[in-house]
Amino acid sequence: MHIVVLIKRVPDTTAKVRASADGRSVDATGAESIISPYDEIALERAIQLRESGAATKLTVLCMGPADATKEVRKALAMGADEGVLLVDAAPFRDSAATAATLAAACRELAPQAVFCGWKAIDDDAGVVGGYLAATLGFSFASYATKIDAADGGLAVHREVEGATEVVRVPLPAVVTVQKGLAEPRFAGLKGIMAAKKKPLAEKPAAAPAAAADLVAYQPPPDRPPGRIVGEGAAAVPELVRILREEVHVL
Amino acid sequence: MSAPILVFLEHVVLEHGGAALRKPALEGLGAARAMASQLGAKVIGVVVGGAAAAAAATAGADEILVASDPGAPGSMGAARAVAAAARECGAAFVIFPATARGRDLLALVAGHLAAGVAADAVKIDVAGGEVRVTRPVYAGKALQVVVARRAPFAIGLRPNAFAPAAPGAAAPVREVATPAASSAEPTLVETRAPEVRRVDLTEAAIVVSGGRGMKGPENFHLVESLAAALGGVVGASRAVVDAGWRPHGEQVGQTGKTVSPKLYVACGISGAIQHLAGMSSSKCIVAINRDREAPIFKVADFGIVGDCLEVLPALTAAVQAAK
Ligand SMILES: Cc1cc2nc3c(=O)[nH]c(=O)nc-3n(C[C@H](O)[C@H](O)[C@H](O)COP(=O)(O)OP(=O)(O)OC[C@H]3O[C@@H](n4cnc5c(N)ncnc54)[C@H](O)[C@@H]3O)c2cc1C
Repeated sequence: MHIVVLIKRVPDTTAKVRASADGRSVDATGAESIISPYDEIALERAIQLRESGAATKLTVLCMGPADATKEVRKALAMGADEGVLLVDAAPFRDSAATAATLAAACRELAPQAVFCGWKAIDDDAGVVGGYLAATLGFSFASYATKIDAADGGLAVHREVEGATEVVRVPLPAVVTVQKGLAEPRFAGLKGIMAAKKKPLAEKPAAAPAAAADLVAYQPPPDRPPGRIVGEGAAAVPELVRILREEVHVL
Repeated sequence: MSAPILVFLEHVVLEHGGAALRKPALEGLGAARAMASQLGAKVIGVVVGGAAAAAAATAGADEILVASDPGAPGSMGAARAVAAAARECGAAFVIFPATARGRDLLALVAGHLAAGVAADAVKIDVAGGEVRVTRPVYAGKALQVVVARRAPFAIGLRPNAFAPAAPGAAAPVREVATPAASSAEPTLVETRAPEVRRVDLTEAAIVVSGGRGMKGPENFHLVESLAAALGGVVGASRAVVDAGWRPHGEQVGQTGKTVSPKLYVACGISGAIQHLAGMSSSKCIVAINRDREAPIFKVADFGIVGDCLEVLPALTAAVQAAK
């Protein structure tokens, strides 16, 4: 089984992200970039499957700016075999165009399975996995908290609305992952050294025409300043009055 | 008249038979009605399988399409059904509430139709015939406004962000055939249901979350009791999920669920930026924390400085008494 893991480069979760003054971009100046956490979880599980022999090849595929080679190298250092970076300088790329571009790259790589996070933590869209599956004609399972190779396919646990669904997923398949699937490892010095010798192909992203254009980024609505109602259990009656009369939840 | 707006109407099968539309489906119809009035378009609802046809007919759509049973319970079958309905009626827009099923369908149907897509809308504006979608990005640290440039265009709606449609007169109901699967689809082996079926965190109108300040898993019954008294559901910080006090599914935050309920109560949660990312768009935030300087108070509308172990039982009792 050849697994392709999609990884996206995003600003670190502690980044002070804000809409830029002209609204044309978001400003995350000074923020470290990371592999989007859910993608990293997908990568970890794929590496485990590679180590156990269930997968025979593991390629990471990233679409992003030229310096996203840093994230691809990290994935190689963690244990992926090969990396492909589709270099995309566009400041905004809609989900449909992104999925179509990745689909074309996946056709070339011809994997049996594609893993990715259920969403990336910058765009928060959660569209790419399903869109890709429908475009490629692959089977699809989302929110995986357990993935095992079984009977020539995948045995997947999905967490949906508090219940766990156990599904048998035929290959080829796209599986999007949820937290709880695996804990990403740190890339050790040995891995970092090994990664330097692993193949990393960079090619321009051949994105189709935009299906949506960016109009603007805006700051989120201001929250009015809050107030401390009081201290300890003595403040409870006033809070309950507020919940009834101001928030209207009682 | 411009091309119609198709709304996926998710339903639940009721215990005593019959079916009802879920609240996010009504919000989808509400959003579509608002768009339709400006675009001069028809609003068509689609249900998958016949169970909810009667409930859908009076929900506020101009027409209902009943897609025949796809023969598989999963999202892939439902996506085949909704994509066929979208083609059949020539929809310009296809709307999905962002429930777990709705999110799957948004992506799959958009892929089937090679459509444009915008997920997690909190606002849709129509101006000069253009449709603009506003959606939170970077966990709510910014809003992104995009304009649709392709038809069909699929839009996912964040729960609790749009007013539900008012019920209407019985709309005509028409059946559409769902094509058979053209490739292998997943099969369901089993569903391990939770003991008590609860409203999903992301759709809940009230969320009561506990953090490390609850001191231990043995105290979470206090959070559960308050949630029960308020008619809400339980959430958690990552710290307590990582510590194994609560299940992963309850984590709120940048790497957990994003919630925007009417009321969010944070109990013993410091308010780390990654936690705020998942709940700062809540309409009202109440924080209970021992530390007056805790960052959670910067986003809270109302706060109590105090020990959760003492405040929660008193609050639960007072809420019960007030009902
Ligand atoms: C990549 C990444 C992703 C992350 N994603 C998330 C995420 O999705 N969600 C998330 O929540 N976190 C996330 N975190 C973790 C986050 O940074 C914080 O560590 C976490 O939110 C802290 O949880 P907490 O508030 O429960 O605990 P703490 O920060 O330890 O806070 C406990 C609070 O309880 C108060 N307290 C203590 N005792 C009492 C008492 N008896 N009564 C009342 N108050 C009391 C304290 O004053 C304190 O404010 C992420 C971190 C990283 C690096």
